[in-house]
Amino acid sequence: MNHAVRETQQMDIRIDSDVVRVRQVVRECAQRVKLSLVDQTKLVTAASELARNTLLHGGGGHATIELVHDGRRSGVKATFRDEGPGIPDIALALVDGWTSGSGLGLGLSGSRRLVDEFDLASQPGKGTNVTVVKWAR
Amino acid sequence: MDRVPILQIGDVLLVSIQVDLQDQSVLNLQEDLAERISATGASGVVIDISAVEIVDSFIGRMFATIASLSQLFDADTVVVGMRPAVAITLVELGLTLGNVRTALDLDRGIKILRVLHERRRGLPGTGHAASTLGLR
Repeated sequence: MNHAVRETQQMDIRIDSDVVRVRQVVRECAQRVKLSLVDQTKLVTAASELARNTLLHGGGGHATIELVHDGRRSGVKATFRDEGPGIPDIALALVDGWTSGSGLGLGLSGSRRLVDEFDLASQPGKGTNVTVVKWAR
Repeated sequence: MDRVPILQIGDVLLVSIQVDLQDQSVLNLQEDLAERISATGASGVVIDISAVEIVDSFIGRMFATIASLSQLFDADTVVVGMRPAVAITLVELGLTLGNVRTALDLDRGIKILRVLHERRRGLPGTGHAASTLGLR
């Protein structure tokens, strides 16, 4: 996912209200690159799921929200990083309904369906990095 | 932290979500509602989400929880006013709201509650109203 980055915002995800703040920043960015209302809603929903994962499963971490361009179109890229326990079985974690805790198990698998690009890297004991991109059509 | 107000109209409790809810506020709302249903003996709950810009799995689960909770107090729950973009996103996210009843707007939501309530009490003459609303 090498795209030209035009602008970057870094945010901490430490407490509940940070998840709300991530949603707001992602929405502002989505509006700036002129995503349709449905695509804005999909991206913000995915970001909300991923930010909550960072907080609950990763024990907190960071989000990086970027305005990106690939030569043809603009988009929003959101990266969520934590240094938590990591995901032992990524394939399993992406199955609908599979959950490590009390959730519905739709956070990862569901947010993957809501974005155009999805990249998940995780090392047990080291942490997790999830990157998503949504392009303006 | 935001606390969502719960209004009472007759025997219906109305919750209109006007702010971007953080998770703890969602949990508070569930608890507040359980208290209020129990205290008032309300027969129905309407959750108005016409101002809500996203429903993720956490908020979606709240609807299901409130619906189940209200059943324990012999009350029904209807979620009204979902935005089209929210509906499309929910389907793609894979979140089925299960047995949560939904209605297009507040007016229809309250009508549905009335019919469900009358039917539950076994009152006569509710068949026509039910079929008008497409209730089975």
